[in-house]
Amino acid sequence: MRDVAVIGVGMQKWGELWEKSTRDIFVESALLAMDDAGVDSLDAMYVGSMTPGLFTSQEHLGSIMADYLGQKNIPSTRVESACASGGLAFRLAYMEVACGMHDVVLAGGVEKMTDIGGGDATHALAAAADMRWEGMHGVTFPGLYAMMAVAHMAKYGTTREQLAHVAVKNHHNGSMNPRAQFPMEITVEGVINSVKVADPLNILDCSPITDGAAAAILVPADMVKKFKKPGVKIIGSGHATDTIALHDREDLTTLAAVAASAEQAYKMSGKDVKDIDFAEVHDCFTIAEIIVSESLGIFERGKGGPAAEAGETSLEGRIPINPSGGLKSKGHPVGATGLAQIAEITEQLRGEAGPRQVKNARVALAQNMGGSGGSSVVHILEVM
Amino acid sequence: MVVGIIGYGAHIPRRRIKVEEIAKVWGADAPSFKKGLELFQKSVPALDEDTITLSVEAARNALARAEIDPKDIGALYVGSESHPYAVKPSGATVAEAIGATPDCHCADFEFACKAGSEGMFVVYGLVKAGLIKYGMGIGADTSQGAPGDALEYSAAAGAAAFIMGADNDRMIATIDETFSFMTDTPDFWRREHQFYPSHGGRFTGEPAYFRTVTGAVKGILEKSNLKPSDFKYVVFHQPNGKFPKRAAKLLGFSFEQIDVGRLVPWLGNTYSGSSPIGLTAVLDVAKPGDRILMCSYGSGAGSDAFVFTVCERVRKARDLAPKTRWLLDENVNFVEYGEYAKMRRKIRLAEK
Amino acid sequence: MPPARSWRTYPQTYRLEAARCVKCEKVFFPPRLVCSKCHGRQFERFNMKRTGKVVTHTVIRTPSDEFSGEAPFAVGIVQMDDGPRMTSQIVDVPFDEIKIGMPVKLEFRRLSTEGEAGTIHYGHKAVPVRV
Repeated sequence: MRDVAVIGVGMQKWGELWEKSTRDIFVESALLAMDDAGVDSLDAMYVGSMTPGLFTSQEHLGSIMADYLGQKNIPSTRVESACASGGLAFRLAYMEVACGMHDVVLAGGVEKMTDIGGGDATHALAAAADMRWEGMHGVTFPGLYAMMAVAHMAKYGTTREQLAHVAVKNHHNGSMNPRAQFPMEITVEGVINSVKVADPLNILDCSPITDGAAAAILVPADMVKKFKKPGVKIIGSGHATDTIALHDREDLTTLAAVAASAEQAYKMSGKDVKDIDFAEVHDCFTIAEIIVSESLGIFERGKGGPAAEAGETSLEGRIPINPSGGLKSKGHPVGATGLAQIAEITEQLRGEAGPRQVKNARVALAQNMGGSGGSSVVHILEVM
Repeated sequence: MVVGIIGYGAHIPRRRIKVEEIAKVWGADAPSFKKGLELFQKSVPALDEDTITLSVEAARNALARAEIDPKDIGALYVGSESHPYAVKPSGATVAEAIGATPDCHCADFEFACKAGSEGMFVVYGLVKAGLIKYGMGIGADTSQGAPGDALEYSAAAGAAAFIMGADNDRMIATIDETFSFMTDTPDFWRREHQFYPSHGGRFTGEPAYFRTVTGAVKGILEKSNLKPSDFKYVVFHQPNGKFPKRAAKLLGFSFEQIDVGRLVPWLGNTYSGSSPIGLTAVLDVAKPGDRILMCSYGSGAGSDAFVFTVCERVRKARDLAPKTRWLLDENVNFVEYGEYAKMRRKIRLAEK
Repeated sequence: MPPARSWRTYPQTYRLEAARCVKCEKVFFPPRLVCSKCHGRQFERFNMKRTGKVVTHTVIRTPSDEFSGEAPFAVGIVQMDDGPRMTSQIVDVPFDEIKIGMPVKLEFRRLSTEGEAGTIHYGHKAVPVRV
C-alpha cells in the first residue's frame, strides 16, 4: 500500500443555503478543494451523502456530481453510512489511492437538509437509527442520545452543566470560524434554559440542521512535491460498526464502534492517544462528544464530563477537541461533516487556522460517527 | 352439556376525571349532576387506548384465569359501539394478539351497549351446540359524550372478556338460562359520520331502558322458574348509578343484590363493557353456589339476560388475574378537563 | 408505514415473539436468521413474558411529525425478563417517577396511525408494575 496525503481541501460557509441546490453546494466546495490543490481533473471521486433521497427525492449522486463537476466519464461513487458518510467517503478515497488504482481522487460530502420541513427532516434523520424497532415507538435522534446521557449520568455522575460546557466551548471556537453556521458565543445558563428537546438535552445541546459540503483531494504521498501547498499525510484509518439499535448495545455508556475504529487507526499509524495533539470529533449532541472522548481513550471512562468542565478540551487545553467549532457551532450537513473535519485538520496542520490555530499541532485525529454509534470512522493525519 | 364461564377478565384505563371537573368547564351544577346520576367520576382512556387495546388486555386476563391454550379458542367476538375501524374487525386484531388465529371464527358485534353480552351469548350457543371447544365474548368501549351534554359525565372506557366452555374441571360459573328481549325503540343512536351520539332525553328511561330490562328479567325468571330472592347477585346495565337501583326496585331485587356489581359511580358507563365488567366484579367475590343474574341493555333496544351459578373453581381462578375492584380503585390518576379533552380528541389539531 | 411492513412483524409487535439460538441460547428480539454470538442458524420461537426493567429513559418533548399530538411522552430501553432489550414508550406514570431499575409490564397499546384514513399500528408500551 502506498502512503497517501491530502493536498487540497475546500468548504464554503455553511447554513441555510436557500439559493443553492445539492449539486451547487457540492460542486462549489469540490472546486474550492481542487483550486486549493491546484488540480483541474480527477481520476476518481467519492460522494458522501446520508440521504439525498429523503431530503431531496434524488439519488444517483455519483453520476450527478461527476457530471456537474465537469469530470467526464470518471468513476464516481455515492457512499452512505448515515452521519459518517463523509468520513467513509474519505476512507474509500484513501484506499483507492493507497492500493495504487488511481492517483488524484476527490472525497466530498454534501447534504441539503432545508428544502423539507422540520418534521420531515427529523423523520429523515431517524433513518440513521432503527426505524422499525426504535422509530416506531416515537424515539427521536435526540431521544437516543438523551437515553445515553441518562445512563452515563447515572453511572458516572456526569452533570447537566458538564454537557453544557461542551456546547459553550464549541461555540467559542466556532466564533472564530468564518465558515461556521452559528459563530456566536453562548453560556452554560443559556444552554440549560434553552428549549427542551429530550430530557436532559435542550436545543443548545443539539447540532443544527444545515446545508453544506466539504471536499478533500487525495494523492500518493510521493506526488506531494508536485503541488503548491504542503500535504498532510494520512497515517491511520479505521472503520467499525456496532448494533444499529441502541437497545442492542452491550454497554449504553460507551461507543464500542468508536473504540474499535480508533484502535485500528492507532495501530496502523503506530501512534498512541497521547501522541494526538487535537481531535475533530462527532459532537452531534454534547453527550456524544463526552462519550467519544472516553471511547477514543483521551479520558478514562466517566472522566469526559469533568475534563470538559475543567477546560482540558478547549483551544488552550491539554488536548483541544473541535477547534473548528464542532458540529454544534459549524453546523452538521450530515454527509459533509466527515470531510469538514478533514478540512479543519488539514488547515490546522498546515498552520492556516488563524485565531483557531492549535499551537504545535503535528498529529490530529478525526472521528465521524453514524446514527447512535452504529458506525464510526477514524483517521489520523500528520504533518509531512 | 353444561356450558359456562371458564375464564373472565376486565381491563380499565388508569385515568379518571371527576364530575366537578367537567361541570366546572360547562358551568353546570356538579352536586346536582352527582346526585341525579349517582356518579362521582369516570374512567378516561389515553390517546393510545382504544376498544382493541382494552379488549386485548381483558382477553389476556380471561386467558390467565381459564388456563387454556389460546389456539383452542374456536370463536372470538368483540362487541362495541366504538370499534376503531368502520371496516376491519376489532376481533381480528384481538385474536391475533392473543394467539387464537388462524383457526377461529371471528366477528364484531354492535347493538349500542349490549354488544358485549351478544358475543357472550353467541359463544355460549356455539359451545353448547358442540361446534367449538372454547369461545370468547368481549364487551369493550371508549365511547364519546358530546361536550356539555349529560352523557359527557358518564361516557367512560373499559372492557370485559369471557371465555365459555364445557370443561367441568375449568368451570367458574355455569350458564343455566338465557333470555333476550328486543324491540325497535329509538332512544339513543348515532348516524354514520357523526362524532357524538344523540338521544331522546327522558324517552331513554321508562319506554326504553326500564321496559326492555323488565321484559328480559321477567322473561328469564319465568323461563327458569326462579324468583328474585333466589339470586345472590344481580348485575344490570348501568348507564348511571340511579337506573340499576330503580330497575332492582321495580323487579323486586334489593340494593344488597346489586351493590357489588354496580361500579358505575366510580367507573362511569362503559357502554358495551357495562354489565360484563359488573359481572367480573361479582365473580371476584362470589362463593360457590351463589346464583347470579346479569341483564345487559342496548339502546335501539334490547336486553340479554343470563342466569349463572358459581362453581368451586372460582376460588382459585379469581386470583390468577387482577381483580376488577383493584383495577377500579388502585393506581388511578385524576386528570383535569384539558388533559381529558386531549385524550378524548375533543381538541381540533392542526391539519397535516 | 405500508400495511405489509407493519403486518409482517405482528408476531413481534402483537405477541412479543422472540427467537432463542438453539446452540448458545442467546435470545433475539426481533428474531434473526443468524446468531450474532455463535453464528448458529437454528432458532426456537417463543412469546416473551411481558415483564422487564427500565435500563435508561428520557422524555421526548420535540417529537417527529407522526407523534406530534402526543408530546411530551417518555421512552426508555427495557431489559426484558426473557433476555433481550427493547425500546418502548413508558406510560401511565409521572415522568419524575421513572427510574433506572423500575419494574415494568408491557401493555397492548396503539403505537401510531397512518393519518386519519390509514391503518392503526398496535404494539406494546411499558407501564409501571403496581402491587
